[in-house]
Amino acid sequence: MSHRSFVWLCLLPLAVVTAAFFLLPMARLVVTGAGGPQGLAGYLAILTEPRYRATLINTVLLAAATTIVTLIVATIAGMFLQRHRFPGRAVLIAMLTFPLAFPGVVVGFMIILLAGRQGLIGDFSNRLFGEKLVFAYSIYGLFLGYLYFSIPRVILTIMAAVQKLDIGLEEAARSLGAGPWAVQRDVVLPALAPAFVASGAIAFATAMGAFGTAFTLATNIDVLPMLIYTEFTLAANFSISAALSVGLGIITWFILALARSFSGSAVAAAG
Amino acid sequence: MSAQAGHGAAVRIDACGKTFADGTRALQPATLDIARGETLVLLGPSGCGKTTMLRIIAGLELPDAGGRVLFDGKDMTPVPIERRNVGMVFQSYALFPNMTVSDNIGYGLKIRGVPSKERAERVAELVTLTNISGLEHRRIDQLSGGQRQRVALARAVAIRPGILLLDEPLTALDAALRDRLRSELNRLLRALGITTIYVTHDQSEAMELGDRVVVMQKGAIAQIGTPREIYFTPRSRFVAEFIGAANIVEATIEDRHLVLPGGRQPIHCDVNMPAAVAMIRPETIRVTSAGSASLSGTIDSISFIGDRQRLVVSGASNRLLTVDAPNTLRTRPGERIGLSISPDAVRLLPPES
Amino acid sequence: MRDRLIFTSQLIFTLLVASFLVVPAILSISAGVTVNYFRGIQSGVTLQWVAQVWELYAGTILLSFVIAFATLALTLAVGVPAAYALHIRGGRMSRVVEEIITLPLAIPGLAIALALLLTYGDFGDFRRSWLFILVGHVIFTMPFMVRSVMAVFATIDIKTLDESAASLGASPWRRFRDVIVPNALPGILAGSLMVVTLSLGEFNLTWMLHTPLTKTLPIGLADSYASMRLEVASAYTLIFFVMIIPLLVAMQLFAEKEAKR
Repeated sequence: MSHRSFVWLCLLPLAVVTAAFFLLPMARLVVTGAGGPQGLAGYLAILTEPRYRATLINTVLLAAATTIVTLIVATIAGMFLQRHRFPGRAVLIAMLTFPLAFPGVVVGFMIILLAGRQGLIGDFSNRLFGEKLVFAYSIYGLFLGYLYFSIPRVILTIMAAVQKLDIGLEEAARSLGAGPWAVQRDVVLPALAPAFVASGAIAFATAMGAFGTAFTLATNIDVLPMLIYTEFTLAANFSISAALSVGLGIITWFILALARSFSGSAVAAAG
Repeated sequence: MSAQAGHGAAVRIDACGKTFADGTRALQPATLDIARGETLVLLGPSGCGKTTMLRIIAGLELPDAGGRVLFDGKDMTPVPIERRNVGMVFQSYALFPNMTVSDNIGYGLKIRGVPSKERAERVAELVTLTNISGLEHRRIDQLSGGQRQRVALARAVAIRPGILLLDEPLTALDAALRDRLRSELNRLLRALGITTIYVTHDQSEAMELGDRVVVMQKGAIAQIGTPREIYFTPRSRFVAEFIGAANIVEATIEDRHLVLPGGRQPIHCDVNMPAAVAMIRPETIRVTSAGSASLSGTIDSISFIGDRQRLVVSGASNRLLTVDAPNTLRTRPGERIGLSISPDAVRLLPPES
Repeated sequence: MRDRLIFTSQLIFTLLVASFLVVPAILSISAGVTVNYFRGIQSGVTLQWVAQVWELYAGTILLSFVIAFATLALTLAVGVPAAYALHIRGGRMSRVVEEIITLPLAIPGLAIALALLLTYGDFGDFRRSWLFILVGHVIFTMPFMVRSVMAVFATIDIKTLDESAASLGASPWRRFRDVIVPNALPGILAGSLMVVTLSLGEFNLTWMLHTPLTKTLPIGLADSYASMRLEVASAYTLIFFVMIIPLLVAMQLFAEKEAKR
């Protein structure tokens, strides 16, 4: 067998699996999305139907808030951990990164334990103010959950970027008379911009598509993945749920592609 | 090893060109015969097509349509490298990091189904031959550059290839080691007597190792010849300047003499031409006293090299002239000297096309 | 003095973030072994909840392992040769293929699951078997295996190693076996850890694809969160931690070892 045909043979299984179980189903999804009573206009429903539009705006706002807060938190913590050596640092890093592979459902449960009906926060507030603070099942609980799974990922990226930072740049800025804040503002943060874009895009896309956390916290949260799920399983509205998930897929893919073309590195969402 | 002397295949490259998928022409169609047991060096600057030609002979690249590669008269063009029975040493050595030194050397034999006892004997033989005893069980990342080079050579030779292909095998080493391994390699290649094709950009490697040298330029063969022919009778300005140091002199011709600013230089010249480009090697120029000489100039600078000294002379030619003088000659910059050059040492080059 | 202040406030901030992540996990672990969470740890320590989870959900745990290792086997068998082919071929087509197989990372699992349901939902036997979930997991984890292996290829000049093995007479298959795979091992190992970890924890796809008879561990978790008392849910989460944390630690150690090389 020639090398050329061997290489093709190596590629064949992947081609078959991908075509049969990814490309074909995705094509089917796109077709189904246009198969409702409104036809192709079904794709516009996400923008024209007030209920869907409100959900979309909700989801985008929630994902954006998650992204911004995560970036701020992770930058402070990541920079601190990468720039200082102190006893217990390794343990601290391990604590900050171990939720990396928690599925959304587990994250949801973590939030219930913190802010649910039997949660720690409610317990404290009850003892302090005689009133039980319960917000796990609201949009704030969901926000907290998204922070929970975004922070570890983003911290890792920021730490790696800080490590690669050329310390000479900061020293050069200081030699030119820049104070600590000026150094941060003019040298460090601009140098970290690609890492912010890359990890921010991942956080945003993941938050847009996260289903497990919202599912566990359930009750009355209107986010796009939950809407798709209820349209599909409860209302059996196949074409609308297909159209909505195609829309959601395009949004997340677009955000990641945009970030990749900007930062030049591989960017992917997971979970 | 003597059993192998004079062994190997004769190679013929027949109208082999190479155009890559992106349209770049790496090699103009070239035809070349390599005799059985000969060491042929492909020499040229990077991008001249020498590696492409080697890869075509190896079977790693297909020549453009119409090109053929023949071993002992047999057309090998469609045969993949794994069935050509060639031994190849790569520039990066490409030793398998997942195998020990002896596993690397014995891999080709293992592929050929050689029983392990026989294999071990052959590996031991090559370990001795290439002077790497004691390293047999080392991992590749525990070897120095020179040791890697020897292992790569031993591995390529172990399979008793018909043709040995070496792609810049010394380039990855530092200068001192390169000189030592070059003469070692020379002895080894003579002892093996296999047909060898050796790619390099280093003219001293080409001179020392090659029975014949193929000088390549911009994807085409500039000249083929023995090291002596290439050195003394370059066929183009490119070859003259690429091999060794050369003075290129442009001048008009009058009565079998080059007319130069510093005088007249006799030449051999059959046809009547009005002007010429000539090459004069620095070591063929003799320094004499200024008064009696037909050609004279002024010393600009002197570099003492050790075995000789190199003078840069102005005023003799239309550009600076490099002269190799004996290390005992006592002279100083600014001094006016005469230059004596035998007409035999002046090589007229064909006009640039 | 000011440096000291900045350091301390950053340390406190980081500790707060860490406790936000760690405290719920500790709560969950302790709740899983507490007789009555409402009354606190003084009510006693017990393994009865863990035992109960095992009784109720052993099947889901087993199925999760079956699916994780089947996913691993498939991603190895399909992904490693593909990574080799994509690296060797290079060029635009390879980049397009890589882009396509990486899409499942960018598209929410829910959408992929819907697509699979719409396409293969009517194939009753297939849809009802755990193979349906397996397919989803393979699509979702494949890019991790392919990229992880390709990352190694990019660092060791596998193309020249391949050519040198060929010059010694090895057939393409022999080269793949003797040279390509052994030298890709670090990437294969890293990819494998990733694939198993992701498959064990996968929920978004699996929730849509599962049937009452094909429940995996995360499905069981969601089920217990919705319908079981807190102690049982916690005990179940505890079991999940016990399974997943060694994998995470292995992944971390592996990454550090690679970084040192």
